Amino acid sequence: MDLKLPNPIRPAFTATGRDDHVIVNIGPSHPATHGTVQIIAELDGEKVIRTDVHCGFLHRGFEKECEAHTWHNLIPFVDRLNYCSALINNFAYCAAVEELAGIEITPRCRHLRTLLSEYSRIADHLTCVAAALMELGAMTAFLYLVMIRDYIYEHIANLTGARVTYTYGRIGGLARDLPDGWLTRLSEILDQFETFVGRVHGLVDRNRIFIDRMRDVGVITPADAISWGCTGPILRSTGLARDLRKDTPYLAYADLDFEVPVGIKGDNYDRYYVRMREMDESVHMIRQLVETLPDGPVSIVDHRYVLPEKDLVYTEIESLISHFKFVIDGPRIPAGEVYTAHEAANGELGFYLVSTGQGVPWKVHVRSPSYVHLGATHRMLDGYQLADIVPTFGSVNMIGGECDR
Amino acid sequence: MAAETLEQVAGALAAEGREIALSHGMLAIVTAPADVGVVVRRLQSDFAFDLFLDVTAVDWPAQEPRFEVVWHFYSTRHFSRVRVKTRVPESDPVVDTLIPLYGSAAVMERECHEMYGIRFRGNADLRPMLLYEGFVGHPLRKDYVKEHEQPLVPYLK
Repeated sequence: MDLKLPNPIRPAFTATGRDDHVIVNIGPSHPATHGTVQIIAELDGEKVIRTDVHCGFLHRGFEKECEAHTWHNLIPFVDRLNYCSALINNFAYCAAVEELAGIEITPRCRHLRTLLSEYSRIADHLTCVAAALMELGAMTAFLYLVMIRDYIYEHIANLTGARVTYTYGRIGGLARDLPDGWLTRLSEILDQFETFVGRVHGLVDRNRIFIDRMRDVGVITPADAISWGCTGPILRSTGLARDLRKDTPYLAYADLDFEVPVGIKGDNYDRYYVRMREMDESVHMIRQLVETLPDGPVSIVDHRYVLPEKDLVYTEIESLISHFKFVIDGPRIPAGEVYTAHEAANGELGFYLVSTGQGVPWKVHVRSPSYVHLGATHRMLDGYQLADIVPTFGSVNMIGGECDR
Repeated sequence: MAAETLEQVAGALAAEGREIALSHGMLAIVTAPADVGVVVRRLQSDFAFDLFLDVTAVDWPAQEPRFEVVWHFYSTRHFSRVRVKTRVPESDPVVDTLIPLYGSAAVMERECHEMYGIRFRGNADLRPMLLYEGFVGHPLRKDYVKEHEQPLVPYLK
């Protein structure tokens, strides 16, 4: 067949280094590349010599679209960056806007945001570990982990009204307070989590097949990880205990007791284990937060930045006007620029905002961990086997939404 | 700890033509395009700003020079952040690449190039990253209309 299909990418190399090498194309339509990544690899037999990793298949013009919507209307957009832990995106974005506007959130809001961030981190790590295990054929472990993740999704849906993209953060607070009985169900889920994650530890930690596929595969050194901009579990798997929650505490993290788990080699096994241990720490943090959760309002009262209460909108003219001005013009955020970073499930999630004092941002830039990690992925793929691409790529946990934006 | 370090950095880097200020807990350095490489090299070697976070641009169509190029750095030793900014004109939007200093600069510069048309001298691989081969224009420039449609890429036979 002499049919050339159009290729939206231009590979970094089209000729092999040696005559007996071949170049193969992997993805983007391959389940293990999560549907959005294309890898051009030069192979010597089954060994990967070099790779050229491409993304962009899920690019939706996030940053361009942000410049045409009000600060408030961006909250649903940021949900769709890392859709495995949308709440962390919500809170990081709101924190950046609040920094610019000089807003101090209420103690209850600070605690709830911390609690929900950790809860989302568990859901995100469960997704990553479950998918990586399934790609290696561990279907039972996948079902155990995804079952717990689904309990978490349903439970957060009980609070926010949505399973995945919650739009629950608000500038200056949260959409609503916890419903009755929410914390009781939370402690039930955390207990079940421990049972099922314990079973997964038993199934895979010392499993010969798992160790052979994961240990000493996809190794990245601490120096390389820093140079290539890795943060989050990938950086910690190399042995560096760098975590923004500890190093530059934000929200309520300064008041919490937790450890920063690290790996020893920076290989796939360490990335798996760091994520598993981080979930344990998150559970530990959530239990502390539930015990110390303060009473009080979840949002500040400031009609410049926060929507008025709905019953006031229906009963008094000032709130009605305020509501309409807020929805149509958007909250006027003071002019300036700010970079705020939170420790998302994948690493440093930074929002760089530029405001000219209008209701619409002048610029919104996302420093997404997945995009930077994608640039570093070739360091973990080159030199290993073709079949290792799947577990290594799974352990990088590239989320298309935040990588391609 | 972080605030003291930043004061030291500000004192050591103070020079003619550089504006250094604290902004939201972060050091902001504004300098000339040719000076960026010098500043970043010192930040990395003398002050342990070892993590290159990102590079992006801000488009100000009514101002001259039109583009602000913005870099962010973080130190995994003393946990402080620094922002470096410079201005380049639309006619010659060129700055030096940071690839020799930071590996992660490669993909970040590719994104900044396709979105704003900023060229990075010394970065030979400025292929599109999020966009595709044959995309016309730079979508994050303010004069690129959001609804603008791209020519269809021809189907090769």
